[in-house]
Amino acid sequence: MTTDFAQFFIDSSPDLINGLGYTLLLTFISIAAGFFLGILLALGRVYGNKIINGLCVGYIEIIRGTPLLVQLFIIYFGLPAIGIIFTPIQAALIGLSINSGAYQAEYLRGAIQSVEAGQMTAARSLGMNKLQSIRHVVLPQALRIAIPSWSNEFIYLLQYSSIAYIIQVTELTAEGKFIAAHTFRYLEIFTMIAIIYLVLTIVSSEIIDRIAKRLSIPGVGAAKGIGQRNT
Amino acid sequence: MAMLDVKNIHKSYDDNEILRGVSFTMEKEETKVIIGPSGTGKSTLLRCINQLSPPDAGEVWLDGEEITNPATNINKIREKIGFVFQDFNLFTHLTALRNVSIGLEKVKGMEKETARKRAMDELCRVGLDAQTKQYPAQLSGGQKQRVGIARALAMDPDIILFDEPTSALDPELIGDVLDVMKSLCGKVAMLVVTHEMGFARNVADEIIFMEGGVIVESGPPKEMFTNAKTQRAKEFLGRIGALYGGG
Amino acid sequence: MRGPLALDTLVESLPQLMDGLKYTLGLTAFGIILGTSLGVLLAVGRSYGTRILSIIIMIYEKVIRGIPLLVLFFLIYFGLPQIGINFDAFTAAILGLGLRSSAYQAQIYRGAINSIPEGQINAAYALGMSKFKAIRYIILPQVLRLSIPGWSNEFTILLKDTSLAFGIGVIELMRQARYIQVRDPDLVLIVFLFIALIYFILVFSANKTLRYVEKRYQMAGYQSEVHR
Repeated sequence: MTTDFAQFFIDSSPDLINGLGYTLLLTFISIAAGFFLGILLALGRVYGNKIINGLCVGYIEIIRGTPLLVQLFIIYFGLPAIGIIFTPIQAALIGLSINSGAYQAEYLRGAIQSVEAGQMTAARSLGMNKLQSIRHVVLPQALRIAIPSWSNEFIYLLQYSSIAYIIQVTELTAEGKFIAAHTFRYLEIFTMIAIIYLVLTIVSSEIIDRIAKRLSIPGVGAAKGIGQRNT
Repeated sequence: MAMLDVKNIHKSYDDNEILRGVSFTMEKEETKVIIGPSGTGKSTLLRCINQLSPPDAGEVWLDGEEITNPATNINKIREKIGFVFQDFNLFTHLTALRNVSIGLEKVKGMEKETARKRAMDELCRVGLDAQTKQYPAQLSGGQKQRVGIARALAMDPDIILFDEPTSALDPELIGDVLDVMKSLCGKVAMLVVTHEMGFARNVADEIIFMEGGVIVESGPPKEMFTNAKTQRAKEFLGRIGALYGGG
Repeated sequence: MRGPLALDTLVESLPQLMDGLKYTLGLTAFGIILGTSLGVLLAVGRSYGTRILSIIIMIYEKVIRGIPLLVLFFLIYFGLPQIGINFDAFTAAILGLGLRSSAYQAQIYRGAINSIPEGQINAAYALGMSKFKAIRYIILPQVLRLSIPGWSNEFTILLKDTSLAFGIGVIELMRQARYIQVRDPDLVLIVFLFIALIYFILVFSANKTLRYVEKRYQMAGYQSEVHR
């Protein structure tokens, strides 16, 4: 039984590794793209005029108010109706980035606001302009504060990238489904997949924790975010 | 047989021995006041009596029952031992009235309406008829502590343990609480840890002076205040007497 | 040939979508009930249980939180029948949603339990309450009030996550939308936009309602944590 399972695992591993590659690709690209989008949105919310602020709020609320799967369906199945066509992987990357951007915007905004007031005044009184103050004083602190939430976001993306399976991206979950459909060994294969995700989750939160410690500055507190899910 | 018999209580936290063998007895409706410097284990002693912190060694007997015996149903015993906390510990989510009635309902199994009436009576008794619907956060410290006393009283205890009941209060609020406590004198046994020397002098049947985890000396207030036998008690009573205006 | 926004045919599809909505709401309701009851038990077990129980619960929480919901669905719906445990898709989805939510909710309740001063339970003991009664009448009512904001977050997450039940064939909103799309490809964009609108309205009204509930049950002097 055990050797059988081991053999099965070895036989499946090329496909699983292939799928894992896509899972990691989706996760890393989307978290990075979502991060830049998130920063822009957060800055727009904190420093933008009424119109920019309103647009950012609208974007964030709409994305956070609808399921990721609906967003993926609109991009992958819906947009071709008006002539915009993406491959599955493109659609997934766009969907995950758009989605993550909205969530990252919210906690980045929280972090920015938590350092903004006094620090901004101090920076401006040194003669920095607004952009310099944001760039050199506010953001370096805000980003550190946001790390725990960012860790949650990373894990969220890692896990929710599995949804891309539904629009035919051959990531980890899809490979598992594929192998299971051929071998009928659903329990084994999905247990394997679950373990892979579990290990990825634990390892990545551990790594981000270490990064946070490396980057930490006395007195710049990390926002509590551990265990809180993104909404 | 004494109502409460405390025998040779020892209690340590980590390597720190807080109580090093404390014994005393109390009779029905007696009032005893425990005084002594901070950190001598007075509060710990109270908590050892109602087993909130079970002692490491020694026995506590109440009405002929050994409550330190693990086989005793401690919840039944605690019904008979009221406890008034320094920081009140009123239940945050309940009104003053519900704070008093919840024990009657959930512990004594009283009907909701009966419990409510009884709670009402107790709150009147401590002068809070007007505050029954307020939540703890809406009450002053003195009012909170009077609710705390009413909560303990409602359970019809044999004895009430007071753990520095006025220490967390602003000076102008202490009087109300002490008046309520005075009014209970002779109706229920009270064991009071306090720094209020006036109360100790005027109300207590006996004063117990503790230091370093042991009872150094005990006796009637008059004797203790004017003619303490031990040097330590003399010093302490003299110093604190000056500090608190001597009562 | 109709345009991409064929409203009349959308109206014809409404009954079908409402059918799907019923399942979406059903999944949400049963999922949150399971998640909340289990989550409370887990939190109480972890805070007040024996050391071993508390370790087991900690592992459960870690494992469940480490597995994507879709994989959890697959394990329950496709995997368990292999060892003779069969669920229909709807039940499997409820189990998956409920178990996953319980692991997150447990953390919320545990945080609330930890934030309640020790004096509260001491006062309950001093009145003669047993541990069970103290938890039931003194600790939990406070914990639940303090947990409303966190619970609201969980509720909307679960509501959105029901869409993943699509992956194991529950005929909820998404699946009905796909049926409509397959039958009538022209409708695709408008149907999915419409579905997005339905979810948005659900999430929005849930948030509003829960914020009202939160205010309503706020304990005097106890500011519950700010919404994130």
